[in-house]
Amino acid sequence: MDEGADLTDAMTLDGNAVAGELEELLGFDMTAVMHRCTSCGNRAAMATLLAYMGGPGTVLRCSICREVVIRLVRTPTATYLDLRGAAYLCLTPVPDSGRAHR
Amino acid sequence: MPTPLTWQVATVDEIRPETAQVKTFTLRLPAWRAHKAGQHYDVRLTAQDGYQAQRSYSIASPPTRTGVVELTIERIADGEVSPYFHDVLVPGDEVEVRGPIGGYFVWEPDHGGPLLLIAGGSGVVPLMAMLRERAAARADIPTTLLASWRTIDDVIYRAELDALGGVADGLRVVHTLTRAQPPGWAGYARRIDGPMLADALAPLGTDPLVYICGPTLLVEAAANGLVEGGVSAARVRTERFGPTG
Repeated sequence: MDEGADLTDAMTLDGNAVAGELEELLGFDMTAVMHRCTSCGNRAAMATLLAYMGGPGTVLRCSICREVVIRLVRTPTATYLDLRGAAYLCLTPVPDSGRAHR
Repeated sequence: MPTPLTWQVATVDEIRPETAQVKTFTLRLPAWRAHKAGQHYDVRLTAQDGYQAQRSYSIASPPTRTGVVELTIERIADGEVSPYFHDVLVPGDEVEVRGPIGGYFVWEPDHGGPLLLIAGGSGVVPLMAMLRERAAARADIPTTLLASWRTIDDVIYRAELDALGGVADGLRVVHTLTRAQPPGWAGYARRIDGPMLADALAPLGTDPLVYICGPTLLVEAAANGLVEGGVSAARVRTERFGPTG
């Protein structure tokens, strides 16, 4: 954990709050999509990622290890979607895609 | 083909106070689409200089209520969007929205149960949509709502929850009041903890479908407590909800 994340944890949102942004960009709902965290290997629905939306972009962090999974940044001319923290996305939503399981 | 997510201009039909800090806004939508209980709408305000503020608000109404959605919104004192809703909007005003959004924190009657719904404060809103849909479907799925509030005056939908809980169709409504309790209060008076979760689980068995919505600390405590109590993590869905207003 870094950047004083403890201080802001009480106000943290999650991937549900970013669902509209991502659906606008990608054309489908991402919240039920499973991902694997590159850092700790946790496998969970994108909805479970911790969302930090106060800055110039949106940062989604792993709910287990707190490492960055996704960054979404809009500049006046372009939109950047940085997925380096996701080892993969499984684009077939799993009906029972719960909170966090390894 | 799924319909693309686009902004539309909704008209405020009705504004109903729920508590001192919470109101329900009924929005009439020109392009209403059936939602699932638990989904939300994004709301966007645009200032005259072009500055935009956007927030997500859970839908409180069940999908059986067509043509409109009800958004129950807590007023956050230093927020950008909720004070506008509370202090400025009147019926007949227009507001930009898009939705319904989200496919994870949703419940439909065919998802079954037993259902354990856990709310912290206004985190009750998406769970209320689930309870209203459950009632509309006349489903008798064993269900417990465990809701945490500061005081009795903060309880949103109190009369309706009392009524729903009194129907004897398998719904149990349990409140805990963490800060102050009215005289004669016999219920819980502390934050959600392991023994409270065990009590909630007891009539539901060890494999309920769980939805938790509230501030992140409550969500983590409840989710971790349930998993430690033997509930499969794959059956627990969470929505963290912050006072960004």
